[in-house]
Amino acid sequence: MGQHTVIPFGPQHPVLPEPLHLDLVVDDEKVIEAIPQIGFIHRGLEKLTETRDYNQFIYIAERICGICAFGHSMGYAETVESLMGVQAPKRAEYLRVILHELSRMHSHILWMGLAADAFGFESLFMHCWRLRERVLDIFEATTGGRVILSAVLVGGMVRDQDAQMLQFIKDKIASIEDDYAQLCKTFLEDSSVKSRLIGVGTISEEDARNYDMVGPFARASHVANDARSLGHGGYAYLSDFQPILATDGDCYARVKVRAAEVLQSISIINEMIDSIPSGPIFEPVKGMPAAGAQACGVVEQPRGECYYYALGNGTKYLERMRMRTPTSMNLAGMATALAGCDLADVNMIVLTIDPCISCTER
Amino acid sequence: MGSFKLGKMTLRSLFGKPETICYPFETKPAPHGLKGSISIDMAQCILCGICQKSCPASAITVDKPAGTWSIDRFRCVQCGSCTRVCPKSCLTMEPDYQKPATSKFADVFAKPEETDEEKAAKAAAKAAKLEAAMKAKAERAEKE
Repeated sequence: MGQHTVIPFGPQHPVLPEPLHLDLVVDDEKVIEAIPQIGFIHRGLEKLTETRDYNQFIYIAERICGICAFGHSMGYAETVESLMGVQAPKRAEYLRVILHELSRMHSHILWMGLAADAFGFESLFMHCWRLRERVLDIFEATTGGRVILSAVLVGGMVRDQDAQMLQFIKDKIASIEDDYAQLCKTFLEDSSVKSRLIGVGTISEEDARNYDMVGPFARASHVANDARSLGHGGYAYLSDFQPILATDGDCYARVKVRAAEVLQSISIINEMIDSIPSGPIFEPVKGMPAAGAQACGVVEQPRGECYYYALGNGTKYLERMRMRTPTSMNLAGMATALAGCDLADVNMIVLTIDPCISCTER
Repeated sequence: MGSFKLGKMTLRSLFGKPETICYPFETKPAPHGLKGSISIDMAQCILCGICQKSCPASAITVDKPAGTWSIDRFRCVQCGSCTRVCPKSCLTMEPDYQKPATSKFADVFAKPEETDEEKAAKAAAKAAKLEAAMKAKAERAEKE
């Protein structure tokens, strides 16, 4: 048996979109153990509740992460609304679901591009990002921002969307759907893609449950963990929702789950646009969160379940705002998936888990 | 083979119109409602300072004694809070982005000097208001 070597993987690495830092203990070309190192980009965002009031904190919450920005502002707003005992108007809840599903589409298509880039399929990467640009165009037209949308307020939404704009969203999504079908076919049927993904980084259902994994990472191992099925907020008005599951638990299964989730998001957006009620989009919230009042919220982010906790102290500042992000739940699963793999497969496994380090380290 | 699976899309990319534009020679028209930069109508502004309090990035400074309203556009996060809280609706979000600069600076806007006519109109309005108040007070006193 050879001597073990420790190789630092990141924080700066060509394949990674974010500064993930792993210490890989390798024996020749085999990874024996992967030790995640946390804290490289800690920004102390939760501490900022002391200097920003509960209305201003929404702009900090959405800056936790660029890709799930809308989800964080929505999760924060829903939590503070329940802390203060108010409910956003029904139309605002529908609009939140539409924008949240659009951000899931943009996140998953972005991720598919990154995965294609990681296994060296450059043209597939560019086509994915070309499609993602159309989702960003929808954001730009509807909210005025491309990545950081600043579209949610505690008590509702900033802008209403008229029938013409909702039709624009539907048309734009229909144009994405056609091209997306071709991309999916390449992702799921191409032999060169399959050879890099099938049987790599397998996590069993038992392990997925033991490590409390969340999001598409868990659903690829047949764990039906999807916060949308709880029916919080606008998701309560969906006629039917079934989480998308796969059984194999390998990198290919994770691609399959995410590829199908984009189509699921498209059908949710269409259903929401067809059934959106008319009415106000914002109810002004009066007063302060009561001292000692507590509230929890849960949102299914593109990467999995994100949990929010708020504690009031009788002033306009929150005593505590805590977020438990999906990637921090998935780190243990990631270390398990990496143990025993080839060094060349590390980037593929890490990418198919889709870690968001900005979220994790906040 | 990947190229065959993506064949239709690749051919369209080869012979179709490019998806991108030739920036900076060509620019994309900004969509209506794009959150670009804040502009202020100083004639309407009453320098109340509510925008300064609502700004999460502390980008706005209102100096009432000096009669100035200033914004550090490099701190502004384009959230639009100030435009929503302004009691005079004198703040608006323009679709133009802030141009890059070599150093950080704050845009300072001063309250325009009132002309003699405006001053006279303001004084007349104040006098009329005062007169109406006195009249109402006198009527109330009479009733009692």
